Amino acid sequence: MDDLLQEFLAETTESLAVLDVELVRFEREPADATILGNIFRLMHTIKGTCGFLGLPRLGSVAHAGENILGKFRDGELPVTPQAVSLILKAIDHIRALLAELAAQGCEPPGDDTAVIAEIDGLAAGTAAPEPALPAEDSFPVAAELLAEVARAIEVPSQAAPAEPARAAARAEAPAKTPETKDAPASSIRVNVDVIENLMTLISELVLTRNQLLQMQRSQKDNEFKVPLQRLSHITSDLQDGVTRLRMQPIGNAWNKLPRIVRDLAVETGKKIELVMQGAETELDRQILEMIKDPLTHMVRNSADHGIENPAQRLAAGKPEGGTITLDAYHESGHIFIRIADDGRGLDVNRIRAKAIANGLATETALAAMGEQQILQFIFRPGFSTAEKVTSVSGRGVGMDVVRTNIERIGGTIELSSSAGHGTTVLIKIPLTLAIVSALIVETARQRFAIPQLNIIELVGVSDRSDARIETINTSPVLRLRDRLLPLVSLRGLLGLEPGPGQDRFVVVAQVGANRFGIIVDRVFDAEEIVVKPVAPLLRGTRFYAGNTILGDGSVIMILDPNDLSGAAGQIDTDQAAGAALAASSQVEAQSSFLLFRAGDRELKAIPLELVSRIESLDAASIEHVGGRQVVQYRQHLMPLVPFHDGHAWKANGQQDVLVFSDKDRRMGLAVDEVVDIVRDRMAVELSSSRPGLLGSAVIAGKAADIVDVGHFLGLAFTDWFELSSRRAGIRRALVVDDSAFFRSLVVPLLAAADWQVTTAADGAEALRLREDGQRFDVIISDIEMPNLDGLALASAIRGDARWGGTPLIALSSRDDERDREAGREAGFDDYLAKTDQAGLPDTLARAIRAALAARQANDNLRRAS
Amino acid sequence: MMPHSHEPELRDSETQAFVTFTVAGQLFGVPVVRVQDILTPDVIAPVPGGPAEVRGLINLRGRIVTVIDLRTRLSLPRRDAGEGGMCVTVESGTESYTLFVDAVGDVVKLRHAQREGNPATLDAVWRDVADAVYRTHKGLLVALHIDRLLAIQPRN
Repeated sequence: MDDLLQEFLAETTESLAVLDVELVRFEREPADATILGNIFRLMHTIKGTCGFLGLPRLGSVAHAGENILGKFRDGELPVTPQAVSLILKAIDHIRALLAELAAQGCEPPGDDTAVIAEIDGLAAGTAAPEPALPAEDSFPVAAELLAEVARAIEVPSQAAPAEPARAAARAEAPAKTPETKDAPASSIRVNVDVIENLMTLISELVLTRNQLLQMQRSQKDNEFKVPLQRLSHITSDLQDGVTRLRMQPIGNAWNKLPRIVRDLAVETGKKIELVMQGAETELDRQILEMIKDPLTHMVRNSADHGIENPAQRLAAGKPEGGTITLDAYHESGHIFIRIADDGRGLDVNRIRAKAIANGLATETALAAMGEQQILQFIFRPGFSTAEKVTSVSGRGVGMDVVRTNIERIGGTIELSSSAGHGTTVLIKIPLTLAIVSALIVETARQRFAIPQLNIIELVGVSDRSDARIETINTSPVLRLRDRLLPLVSLRGLLGLEPGPGQDRFVVVAQVGANRFGIIVDRVFDAEEIVVKPVAPLLRGTRFYAGNTILGDGSVIMILDPNDLSGAAGQIDTDQAAGAALAASSQVEAQSSFLLFRAGDRELKAIPLELVSRIESLDAASIEHVGGRQVVQYRQHLMPLVPFHDGHAWKANGQQDVLVFSDKDRRMGLAVDEVVDIVRDRMAVELSSSRPGLLGSAVIAGKAADIVDVGHFLGLAFTDWFELSSRRAGIRRALVVDDSAFFRSLVVPLLAAADWQVTTAADGAEALRLREDGQRFDVIISDIEMPNLDGLALASAIRGDARWGGTPLIALSSRDDERDREAGREAGFDDYLAKTDQAGLPDTLARAIRAALAARQANDNLRRAS
Repeated sequence: MMPHSHEPELRDSETQAFVTFTVAGQLFGVPVVRVQDILTPDVIAPVPGGPAEVRGLINLRGRIVTVIDLRTRLSLPRRDAGEGGMCVTVESGTESYTLFVDAVGDVVKLRHAQREGNPATLDAVWRDVADAVYRTHKGLLVALHIDRLLAIQPRN
């Protein structure tokens, strides 16, 4: 069978299973727009895909179903048991057609007019509608369906049993269905204990394998070598497989939250929206169980205490409805879960008063603390900030229990809050129990493990070679391929004895978008290790992700690249900036900045990754040619651009220059003084109208102007950008679509045309790529998607400078003039319909060419004016 | 959390068994029921940056156990690695810790009649970790309160 068809069958079978469950929920909660939206989207995707593949029978039934759902959504049709039954009937009909499609490889001939007429009749209002469904009641169809779903889960291998009622309904369908086999997607249920047991055995197996490998290493080649290698590979594969068995999407821990928030909103008279992102993020099921309650507690807290009532919100100049955002993602061997609300924030004064009242701290001690430090008191046992105990939270289960639960699994919890703007809690959970590959390094005769996941490369450094460690205002840096890499020294961080350290190694690591180097004395082999959480006594000790027992039986500490990244380039400003800042800035992604002065006393900041070198040039070597300055630099003439127009070029002495490079082009920016390298999050506060500045930001506690490098590059070479994009020769495309089917269809089309393609399953995921600093030459997006749909994505893209100029093409199965108009308004350059499989490559190529050309023309126009 | 603070009142004739050990010449004891293991450590892996009282970690039959340096905990000068020492492993909640001591002695049964409260002149740190003092034929034995002994503040 056609691969595409195979994939379509698998995806649609899954969608139908979800539809069944969702419809049951919808019956119980007809007012819940989220469920209806989800149902509508699923049905819509089925219809769209059918149309695309040329499956007219399936398409028309799905279309009729979508039609009714649309009327529900627009409030044109009341939600009646009769209407829901009809949709369920349409789903059964689709399922029957799918079974035949799976068996025969093509849509069977037949006629669906009876079913469609019945559905359309209801949509047109010819069938007498029954009284609207009461919200609390369930009714027979739902019960029957629930029972069937329950049975299907109980006995998954058995084909769905036919029931008399259903058989009667099916009899109306003219095509006689063969055995209703649940098509491709298959799974079985396994007792958790079996998996646990397996996991324990695998861990032991891995350790034993490691011991054997260790022994083999110290031996000469012998007959054990080859079988041992084979054993090693099989063990790794086995370990991968079993680890995956234990994983479950975090959405499983979330599925009760929408209802809890909804009920709470009704009870308290608030308007609250719960946004959940990254529900598919997988984590160990044991951890999942342990974070379920803390998560629920925190979401309740946000809804109950955080979000204000509509009147208070309006008075505070905020939208009437509050938003709670749950966000989960994997990063560097950890799972991060962020719970944020846009409510009133924590009341620092009340926490301060309460801390004194409860004897947790003295007034003088509190006076010396920053706000963020005071906030941490809510994690102390017996502390609850709710003045009024409501029925939902404040039942004596406080944040201290939350913290205890999370720390029990080796996690950490960070909290930041801003009065009037809301509260954000970031939970970091290590992949405990999981086995990871780690590099073993040594510093000051002590060994440490660094997770391989974070390691980019190893660089040997020596004072005598080109690769040597330099310092900028006491911060160590390494020049690596024309980039400055901030470094951390394990000796310094961990307070180890200073060593001779002439020839050392730098482990280049990456956390999120941040790259940094770890200075170590020696590097050993990589080893598979079982990450064990540290004892509770050591949880407060920084820089460790856990500990482990190596193959030779020795115990070593596992370094936490995240913590190390936070320390890179920040070491000497840490004290000055204060612990409060460090705590709050950790919540958002950090980057390294180079701070300098030029012209006035204001600090200027530039992202360190853009700077390739910092040079102190002999002022006498600068040549002045026709009002421009150049210098001989590495056998080439390098143009120098002064940061400000009135720059006084010195005749002698030293001139500090920041060098920017791209391939073989270089340009120097003349500044007065390089001040420091700091690490902080990038939050531009104001946009600037001054050319050369993007705006200002507070970096490491000081106000600084953020420099627009592009402006100065443009001054040096008018053709800098065209040159770099043409030379690079790589065109990057982003495809955003929630349907794996369409993604796998569009990706090869683009790849065939030499595009380098990245995919995202929804708008939120796409925006995360933007946060990661990724850039694309074109973005192609679906419209109907969960979490963040295409229209919202387009608005978000157009509202931000980073992707603002990227051509954006909609590829959607929604295709009437109203949809096209909405798409253009949201910021799409073009709007294509997913209707024509054969014509798609051409249409897409044409649209991309046109959009690129239009953007290019606009850019030229802007530059010329 | 602290099962020992609510022990049933013992009559004078009843006895409790203690594992005894010495630290800087002083005799100490912990209840036998809380002791899991006594061993001479092979290698103790240090934890740089950890609390001063944590001497390091050992591999106890596949488990990682934190070694508490009893000298440091009792504000006494620390012994160097070459000077020997033994480990008394105790459980606290679900975790195990091992106490690094100078030498381990016998298991002794002490009658409740031998028990006395902490002398008022005892050093504040000692008073905090001592449960009681027993008179024995080898001199005074300080019975340690394990949970209080392990309540070590993380170093920030």
